[in-house]
Amino acid sequence: MLYHEAGQYKTTYAQDMALLPIAQERWSLAGLLVVAFVGVPSMAFLGIPPFDSDYVFSAILLPFLILSLAALGLNVLVGYCGQISLGSGAFMAVGAYAAYNTAVRLPELPILVALLSGGVAAAAVGVAFGLPSLRIKGLYLAVATLAAQFFFDWLFLRVKWFTNYAPSGSVTAPPIDVLGFRLDASVERYLLVLTIVVLFAFGVKNLVRGAIGRQWMAIRDMDLAAEIIGIRPVYAKLTAFAVSSFIIGIAGALWAFAHLGSWEPLTFSIDRSFHLLFMVIIGGLGSILGAFLGTAFILLVPIVLSRLPAALGTPLSTSTISHLETAVFGVLIIVFLIAEPLGLARLWSLAKEKLRLWPFPH
Amino acid sequence: MRYPARLAAMGAMALATLAPSAMAVANEQFIPVLSYRTGLYAANGIPWANGFVDYLQLVNLRDGGINGVKIAFEECETAYGTDRGVECYERLKGKGPTGAAMFHPVSTGITFALTEKAPVDKIPMVTVGYGRSDTRDGSVFRWNFPLIGSHWTAAGLAIEYLGREVGGKDKLKGKKIVLLHLDAPAGREPIAVFEKLAAKHGYTFTAIPVTAPGLEQRSQWLQIRQMRPDYVVLWGYGGMNPAAIQEAAAVNFPRDRLLGYAWSGAEPDVIPAGDRAKSYKTLMLQHGAERDKVHQDILTHVYGKGAGLATPQEVGQILYNRGLISALVSVEAIRTAQAKFGNKPLTGEQVRWGLENLDLDAGRLQALGVATMIKPLKASCENHEGARFGRVQQWDGARWTVISDWIEVDGTVLDPLVKESAAAYASSKGITPVDCGKL
Repeated sequence: MLYHEAGQYKTTYAQDMALLPIAQERWSLAGLLVVAFVGVPSMAFLGIPPFDSDYVFSAILLPFLILSLAALGLNVLVGYCGQISLGSGAFMAVGAYAAYNTAVRLPELPILVALLSGGVAAAAVGVAFGLPSLRIKGLYLAVATLAAQFFFDWLFLRVKWFTNYAPSGSVTAPPIDVLGFRLDASVERYLLVLTIVVLFAFGVKNLVRGAIGRQWMAIRDMDLAAEIIGIRPVYAKLTAFAVSSFIIGIAGALWAFAHLGSWEPLTFSIDRSFHLLFMVIIGGLGSILGAFLGTAFILLVPIVLSRLPAALGTPLSTSTISHLETAVFGVLIIVFLIAEPLGLARLWSLAKEKLRLWPFPH
Repeated sequence: MRYPARLAAMGAMALATLAPSAMAVANEQFIPVLSYRTGLYAANGIPWANGFVDYLQLVNLRDGGINGVKIAFEECETAYGTDRGVECYERLKGKGPTGAAMFHPVSTGITFALTEKAPVDKIPMVTVGYGRSDTRDGSVFRWNFPLIGSHWTAAGLAIEYLGREVGGKDKLKGKKIVLLHLDAPAGREPIAVFEKLAAKHGYTFTAIPVTAPGLEQRSQWLQIRQMRPDYVVLWGYGGMNPAAIQEAAAVNFPRDRLLGYAWSGAEPDVIPAGDRAKSYKTLMLQHGAERDKVHQDILTHVYGKGAGLATPQEVGQILYNRGLISALVSVEAIRTAQAKFGNKPLTGEQVRWGLENLDLDAGRLQALGVATMIKPLKASCENHEGARFGRVQQWDGARWTVISDWIEVDGTVLDPLVKESAAAYASSKGITPVDCGKL
């Protein structure tokens, strides 16, 4: 009843092709955006817990948004185009170091241009490392992208130019200035990141339902058939690599500039690549919402688990908590994948189906 | 309906656990403890955290706090990861009536990440024996305190000691010294000093990196065997150290010419290597594996009341002592700050003043019961490190024995390096260094 689209007539093609054809979805998304853009910052401003503390912004919301963006980028490649990649950590690193070098070597450029240059560099690198995808598929491609991971780990450790000859190889991002404002407070950085993430989420949503997105999905579902009906695999696969790496590169630059502020190549290690892949798989392959849900799961569940004993009034030693956290988290992943192999986004769409019929299921 | 309601309740609970719980008690000084009791480096992280917390407990149980102000503390598990470390920092920085007094990141990687955040939040960062070496320059790094020693000091100490071993630093000319280091900020920090000193003393220097976590070193040791160096300096952490000792034994490199740095010289670094670790030498971060008066107090007041975290046998191990000393300088800095600001819970900014004016002379160290462990220490605005002393110890297969007297590290090469690096940092971040003479 709540989620019933009966009575919503579409009288024009434009309405039929709208991004969100159902009114309830439009309203709930608009509500969510208002809460995120206006509600959360004003709660921080008014000092309403839990948003009165820096912790929620800099340790929860910022990493969540930035990693969601990276997962969104990876989802384009893995979920929509079906090309498994283990190089996302490397593409994040390329984005971060390219943005860093642009910002340090051309300080007169605005920082947003530096962030964009991170995306562009990552896109170029992504296309280069996507070339093997024209010949090899599946797990073999995953191994080929793994090469990107190890190559860039090595490059940023060894070639001192990229780290501006820092003795320890650890670099520091310049402050973020946008249109003359210096974004110091975590709430301000949150708003910047949120804006970028929302723009990219809508952009990707539009891309995947357009011609190019349909080409990606055709390649994913059966590349031979796609080629026979006239889709160029070279073009489709390489655009998927370019778009995906561009977004991941921007996420990497944001991770470095807006979240950490100072980082070393280890930040973008193979673990990061695996994490992103898990986020995409658990969230749901080929779903925009899935990228956000998967990130929330992988990032927030361990934090919640580690704080649960204290919140319930049963203080345990930190080592017991962190062992428990790992064990429970592992079990949860298995349970989720057994209960719903198609990911959390699938659970959400099942819930929507149920809500449509509720309260009269039959 | 029931299902969504339950989901909503679960969500609310999850949110509630995320919100930092407020602490009500007023007369408490909050000291956060970032520790790693799990993960790759747990064997080294556990004794450090035990020593740190045991000393805080001792101050509470024996003295009733610092001048009557109880110490509140909370551990947060970082697993030696930068991401988790940053999350822990954000979680703990606002706790207690006045917020966190200071942070000990216990990881060079986390130190680098937090160095950017500390000035914004006005919380000092104390890195006893690790972290950024250029933070010694307090005119630029107002909030960082690499007390008792840094990577650069340790590198200087290594060359001082090797100079003594060959019979004078002038005899280092033509010697071959290899640095086998973990390929992480902690391992790369000393390279600059070794290179500078190589130019001065005329030894040939080669840095050989080992990819973290450093368990696989066969090719590096093959390279070392071909080079036939006179000395190998080991800058590893965790599992890398016993692996290096075993590989050294495998290529027959004499262990008494393998010199580890202070974080490569604890019990978990040699015991797994068994007999092969015999006669392996390491630098000391001043203290060794000794027991002084403070340990007796800990055994009586903390372990006697069943509040100790380790076993009584572990009290006095190297990393336990390092945690203890780290807690001790923190408590003394708070005490110093209390003399100026009053005996009440202090803010991070006030504790920073205490750290900068920390002055532990021989009498004070005697009173604290650590006179045999560390040399007198005096921090100032120009010098956030306090002292540049060290010693060398050797593993005899069962225990560490100190084999050198106190060595003071020569500042003529290190000081310009610190100045130069700090100035580069200041200009890249747009920081105007404060004038230490005018404070």
